[in-house]
Amino acid sequence: MPNFIMSYLDPKVTVTPGSAGNQFWALMYVLIIFAGVSVAVICMNWIERKALAHFQVRLGPMRVGPHGLLQPIADAVKLMIKEDIIPAEADQFVFWIAPMIGLLAAFTVYTVIPFGPSQAVSDMNIGILFMLGVSSLGVLGIVVAGWASNSHYPLIGALRSSAQMVSYEVAMGLAVVSAILMTSLNASGTGTLSMIGIVQAQQQQGVWFIFKFFPLGFIAFVIFAIAMVAETNRAPFDMAEAESELTAGYHTEYSGLRWSLFMLAEYAAMIAVSSIAVALWLGGWMRPFPNLLHAPAWDFIFSLFPGLTFGGLAAIAFVEAVRMPTQSFFRIQRIGLAVFAALLGFIALLLLVIAVAGRSADMSVAARFREGIDYVYWFVLKVAGFMYLFIWYRATWPRYRFDQLMKIGWKVMLPISLGVLVATAIVGVIFS
Amino acid sequence: MSDRTSDASNRAPSDVDRSNLDYGTPDKTYLDSNELIINMGPQHPATHGVLRVILKLDGEKVLGTECVIGYLHRGVEKIAENRTYTMFNPYVDRMDYCAAVSNGLGYCEAVEKLMNVEAPARAKYIRVILTELQRIASHQLWLGTHALDIGAMTPLFYTFRDREEILKIFERYCGARLTTHAFRIGGCQYETYAGFEKDVKNFLAFFAPKIDEYEALLTTNRIWLERTKNVGVISGADCIALGVTGPLLRASGVKWDLRKAQPYAAYSEFDFEIPTGVNGDTYDRYMVRMKEMRQSMRIIEQAVSGIPEGPIMGKVPKVIKPPVGEIYHSIEAPKGELGYFIVSDGSTQPYRLRVRPPSFVNLQALDLMVRGLLVADVIAVIGTIDIVLGEVDR
Repeated sequence: MPNFIMSYLDPKVTVTPGSAGNQFWALMYVLIIFAGVSVAVICMNWIERKALAHFQVRLGPMRVGPHGLLQPIADAVKLMIKEDIIPAEADQFVFWIAPMIGLLAAFTVYTVIPFGPSQAVSDMNIGILFMLGVSSLGVLGIVVAGWASNSHYPLIGALRSSAQMVSYEVAMGLAVVSAILMTSLNASGTGTLSMIGIVQAQQQQGVWFIFKFFPLGFIAFVIFAIAMVAETNRAPFDMAEAESELTAGYHTEYSGLRWSLFMLAEYAAMIAVSSIAVALWLGGWMRPFPNLLHAPAWDFIFSLFPGLTFGGLAAIAFVEAVRMPTQSFFRIQRIGLAVFAALLGFIALLLLVIAVAGRSADMSVAARFREGIDYVYWFVLKVAGFMYLFIWYRATWPRYRFDQLMKIGWKVMLPISLGVLVATAIVGVIFS
Repeated sequence: MSDRTSDASNRAPSDVDRSNLDYGTPDKTYLDSNELIINMGPQHPATHGVLRVILKLDGEKVLGTECVIGYLHRGVEKIAENRTYTMFNPYVDRMDYCAAVSNGLGYCEAVEKLMNVEAPARAKYIRVILTELQRIASHQLWLGTHALDIGAMTPLFYTFRDREEILKIFERYCGARLTTHAFRIGGCQYETYAGFEKDVKNFLAFFAPKIDEYEALLTTNRIWLERTKNVGVISGADCIALGVTGPLLRASGVKWDLRKAQPYAAYSEFDFEIPTGVNGDTYDRYMVRMKEMRQSMRIIEQAVSGIPEGPIMGKVPKVIKPPVGEIYHSIEAPKGELGYFIVSDGSTQPYRLRVRPPSFVNLQALDLMVRGLLVADVIAVIGTIDIVLGEVDR
């Protein structure tokens, strides 16, 4: 058994656990990703509420925990202990299974997301196809939920969502194809559909695909970035749950834990599509400028970033703890925030120690750890940038109307993505 | 309910010529599909209170609407018959609670006209300042909620933040923020507090960049343009036929503002423009209201710098007993023409009091404006009509 566990940590292993047939590590990765995504959703929930509040000259949650840090947990507990209501007229089984479908689809996508060259559950050779296919299954949950509720607003929300998915999936797919075309610009002339392969292709060509054949890669990226907002039903394309129009859209009849499963699925899907964008156009797990700043010293400097990030967060939390008002009411909050700061600081210290210990290129276990942390860090950082964009969109823009959304999907984005695809193919042939 | 809604599809204002309206033929459904009848409200996040709209839909397309009102009916007009003229004054604040000062102004002026007394010049100026501040506050509330209905969350918080400054002035002036009861029959109850002029001027200086801020978020926003241009179009002739007034009428190109057409209070002494639109769509109504806020600022600026000294209360008897007769007096409230029709039998109580609320009349145009559009537009149009259900139901 120990050998089985240690085998994956062996520096000579350069494939993902799924591909290596290491079921133990594949299971570990599944558990880590499931827990990690759930935690990320909770963090995202808090950050969204705080960031949105600050966009809107409000404070956001401030009461539950210091700066409302425990608010998502309080909400989760509240949702879990709420009464489980199924409307009398609803189709009970379908109503029950709908949130599961959405959640399952959102989480299954993570099996192929490449957090690093060997940091993924599996390296499927049809990775991107699998990803697109499974992520578009999520809309099935929404449609089924709207239908099973046996109510008008959810039905309209569900129909909107399905129509929206159909029209944006096409442009999205074409944008993805133009990125895949770029992977074939190598000596053998063969591309790859493997997510890890796509990132490695960017590594070999020495350029993120967003900058490849500028502006072709960039346009494809922008089309994908727009389509993924529509795909996940977020503002300004949040037709399916447009609050001011359809009260709550497809989940109007849902409450309690089932409703929170929909929310979990929505946020998980947001992270998933952002991960696709990062892997396809933003160099996946690669740190900035690995081709220009490739000296070992640069490697070391960039490997300090994870620790420094956590250190910075710890410093912010610590300063806020010091700045707390001195009334006795805030005492427990101050202590809590200080403990939180200490926890972040401990993580920062750990990461820095790993970065220093693993700086030699001898491929020891520490070096391997350091490498893995680097990969995951840069990947997550890029995804986090997208998450912030999602919040920013929501704070800034009004909502598109349904027909306008269709118009953009079919009349603007589809022709542009087709044109980009053809242009990429031609330019690729000429330059290779 | 289905009977009532099928009536709604045929329920067009008979005196409106609909032949030239570009709505297509929305009374047919496609693909043999069934019509969907949806109850929007009275509990709905975007019907501005307790408005209930029964929508007949073909998919998302609106075939007909019927408004059901009365969920907030309090019998204000009947209450008036059982209260003295003075006692009824606070009740008018509860009609359009977003523009209480304007309501009070209309009522006080109507009774004054009935008694044939006039408020002193200083009182008139105070009335103008407060009413125009209230117009800005009302438009701010409209802008925030309208933008929220269309999906932009942020302007709501900006407008509420800035509306607070107006409400603070009201609070310092009369102690109340929303239902102010600011004016009395014959003038004003309260003299301005020390620093009133300064507060108002500070507000003007504070607010000028804030309008630009709202406009920066919306006016040239591509999504905002798409959502509001050519949505809920209504022609000037239709407006007149339906009795629609206020910014809706002006956005349709009819230059009609009671402050100019039949000046009341001290409005004849100020220099301001009546902003009008061209297309009569939701965007024009948005622009008209934005420009109106700027014009209101102009009026306030002139009024505050030219406010005369003198008494604030006219010669009114302790017990208000207007002579036998009837009067109709109307003012330009933020939402349109607000009229009071009072019949006096010579006693201390009105024999009959009838209010012509702008929201109630403007709401009639909803069906005409939304036919053939989509569900999302219904929300946008309800927002752009700027209804307050307290006033619609009274």
